[in-house]
Amino acid sequence: MSHSSHAASMPAGAAAHGHEHHTSLGIPNHKLATWLFIASESMFFAALITTYMVFRYRSVVGPHPDEVVNIPLTTVSTFILLMSSLTMALGVSAAQRGESKAVGRFLLFTILGGIGFLVIQFYEWWHLAHHYGLTWNTNIFGSIFYILTGFHKAHVIFGMIWLAVLAVSAFRGTLRREHAVHVDVAGLYWHFVDVVWIVIFTVVFLLTEAGV
Amino acid sequence: MATTTLERSFWQALPKPRARTGFWSWVTTVDHKRIGILYFWTALAFFLIGGVEALLIRLQLARPEQDLVAPDLFNQLFTMHATTMIFLAIMPLTAAFFNYFIPLLVGARDVAFPKLNALSYWMFLAGGIFLNSSWVLGGPSDAGWFGYPNYSLSEFNPGLGVDFWIIGLLLAGIGTLVSGFNFIVTILNMRAPGMSLMRMPMFAWATLVTSFLIVFSFPVITVALLLLLFDRVFGTVFFDVFSGADLTLYHHLFWVFGHPEVYIIVLPAMGIVSEVLPVFSRKPLFGYSVMVFSTMLIGFVGFGVWSHHLFTVGMGPVVNTIFSLATMIIAVPTGIKMFNWIGTLFGGRLRFTAAMLYSLGFLALFLIGGLTGVMLSAAPSNTQIHHTYFVVGHFHYVMIGGALFSLMSALHYWGPKMFGRMLDERLGKVAFWTLFVGFNLTFFPMNILGVMGMPRRIYTYSAGMGWDGLNATSTLGALIMAVSILITLYNLVTSLRNGERAPADPWDGRTLEWAIPSPAPEYNFARLPNVSSRDELWVRKHPQLAEGAAVAASAESDGPAEPIAMPGGSYMPLLVSLGLFIAGYGLLYSMPVFVGGIVLSLLGLIGWGFEGDNMRIIQPGGEQ
Ligand SMILES: [Cu+2]
Repeated sequence: MSHSSHAASMPAGAAAHGHEHHTSLGIPNHKLATWLFIASESMFFAALITTYMVFRYRSVVGPHPDEVVNIPLTTVSTFILLMSSLTMALGVSAAQRGESKAVGRFLLFTILGGIGFLVIQFYEWWHLAHHYGLTWNTNIFGSIFYILTGFHKAHVIFGMIWLAVLAVSAFRGTLRREHAVHVDVAGLYWHFVDVVWIVIFTVVFLLTEAGV
Repeated sequence: MATTTLERSFWQALPKPRARTGFWSWVTTVDHKRIGILYFWTALAFFLIGGVEALLIRLQLARPEQDLVAPDLFNQLFTMHATTMIFLAIMPLTAAFFNYFIPLLVGARDVAFPKLNALSYWMFLAGGIFLNSSWVLGGPSDAGWFGYPNYSLSEFNPGLGVDFWIIGLLLAGIGTLVSGFNFIVTILNMRAPGMSLMRMPMFAWATLVTSFLIVFSFPVITVALLLLLFDRVFGTVFFDVFSGADLTLYHHLFWVFGHPEVYIIVLPAMGIVSEVLPVFSRKPLFGYSVMVFSTMLIGFVGFGVWSHHLFTVGMGPVVNTIFSLATMIIAVPTGIKMFNWIGTLFGGRLRFTAAMLYSLGFLALFLIGGLTGVMLSAAPSNTQIHHTYFVVGHFHYVMIGGALFSLMSALHYWGPKMFGRMLDERLGKVAFWTLFVGFNLTFFPMNILGVMGMPRRIYTYSAGMGWDGLNATSTLGALIMAVSILITLYNLVTSLRNGERAPADPWDGRTLEWAIPSPAPEYNFARLPNVSSRDELWVRKHPQLAEGAAVAASAESDGPAEPIAMPGGSYMPLLVSLGLFIAGYGLLYSMPVFVGGIVLSLLGLIGWGFEGDNMRIIQPGGEQ
């Protein structure tokens, strides 16, 4: 039998980070896993966006996409989300310099950007439901519109919770330089959610406006 | 996770499992070997359920115009048989071997994310129980393993059966997806020093490509299932024809997943055979690098052929031709593999152990499965034999002749390492021949029946169609297969009790798993191996075989013998799965329960992040 002892005195996570240092590819495990997760999520959104493209003008009753999309409003929310990617990038860079408090501030701005985006997008949902009577039961465009943008919103919310947990630990000063990879992977995810939105914005809003 | 950096006393005080043996040690384990064993027994149980369903189907069809099984029950049986066998038996059985052997084969002490690995298992179990609980909660889905709308919509399928089917698959799918990430990271990132990609055993390559297929294909079926679920539960109109829906969208989404799924099942089988044949031929695998690239090619092209399942929906001659040709192209790398396996056998000193017999059985039967596949890939002949028993015969030659035979081979080959006991060889060989005969009696007649025009999924048929004898033969074969499975079970149970204790290297093996004791100790390798060859253990046993400048592999260059930190158990993976499992019922019966389940699951996630790794330091060396 092996002689074992519980390492009660070891700081939590210290040993876990031990095996982060030597990986065969030189990429931290968390980062590689996040890239794979993003690859998988890309297929998820690709399937949803394909569904949108196939179904968008198949509705038997209106409203149809070209009657309802609100380009100016969505442009503002897109801009806010893009800016939150900038603050996210600044947060990652601060994490790599080990400036814990700065990381916290930048993450907070990023979360605020997410909130701004969501407020505008939820307002648009409300507007569509109340002024055009478009719900996900109305027609096939409504179904895919709400599901596609809804899953995107869910991803934004998940990302905000993730960033909030990191921000708390950053403000407490426990997010040290060696944990920069945690901010890094959260940033990858956040940029991904942003990129997905750019595609949705293009496909659902701009293409419709352009009449394509 | 980042949250481990928050060293708060509250989270530190969370209960951490301490049990080293007994029930709780298994429930909380994050050890890849124990998780592999859990996968094995659970998948075996589902395999038996799926097998009983198959027997009922065959008994009903044994003679014309029988009413042993009512028509609606018959539809539920073939739906649940297929779903169970694919998602709850064959895939998890391959996962059992991924889990136990991938870290051993690449020279690692565990997978990259041990707790996520536990989550994968619990999600699989949750999905399996959820799906099968529909038998007692109003009856399971009868919409086939593909669940095509509009038949699967509430309008035509009003019970909860289809909902159970969707949510069960989503739950199990989370587990599969998570294990896909885990094994890619493990294989790419956790290899022992010197274990370059082109030195990895073929099974590791097969697992790597399979995991990529999972990562790219599972999100697509997730979307298909979610759209269907929203239609059924929330009244969206994705597949409502009167709202303008195009049902072929679901067909495409399903098969963009469904065809890669075939390779998710078959590539590991090919990997197993590529491990077994060299050992029992006493030769290195013939054409290793070609095998690697054929595996990748099969995985890659496998994503571009899905529409061969839709030749009859009216895609037009151009699309049909493209997908016919793409499908035929897959026969090329598959054929290359066939020749490489034969090349491995050629001139070898063959030992016909049970494991070897099953692998040889794979070669013969998978060949028939492949050839009937090529026949189906031609769109013109496909329109004739589509939806007949020819298709059923074809894919069972792939799923059983290919996957199950290789899994049986793996059980006899790797079982001693997993369980520490040798399986009875004589019983193993008897079971092999019984299965081989029973299998061919069951499924070869189906090829003929299909060409004669017998449709799939009919619950009975008239006498005088000329189908009676072949159907009776098929049912007889199924019963013989059942006998074989019972012999294997008996072998397994008695050998684990009283079998000869397995030595470290019972087969004169070639790869790293045979360099350590059977069963493998918790930390796998007391000293991490320093790898210098594809057949590392073989070269260590025969240093004169080391080629050229390559220094003979030896234990001297291995890593230092030092205390090893291994992650201890955790309740959190179980808690997260339990929450989602409860939320699944909540979605169908009561929203508060749904919310409660989600909250439980989130609490599990938060605890997961904050509890730390519960590391234990192990001093190896007590074993020998
Ligand atoms: Cu296919």
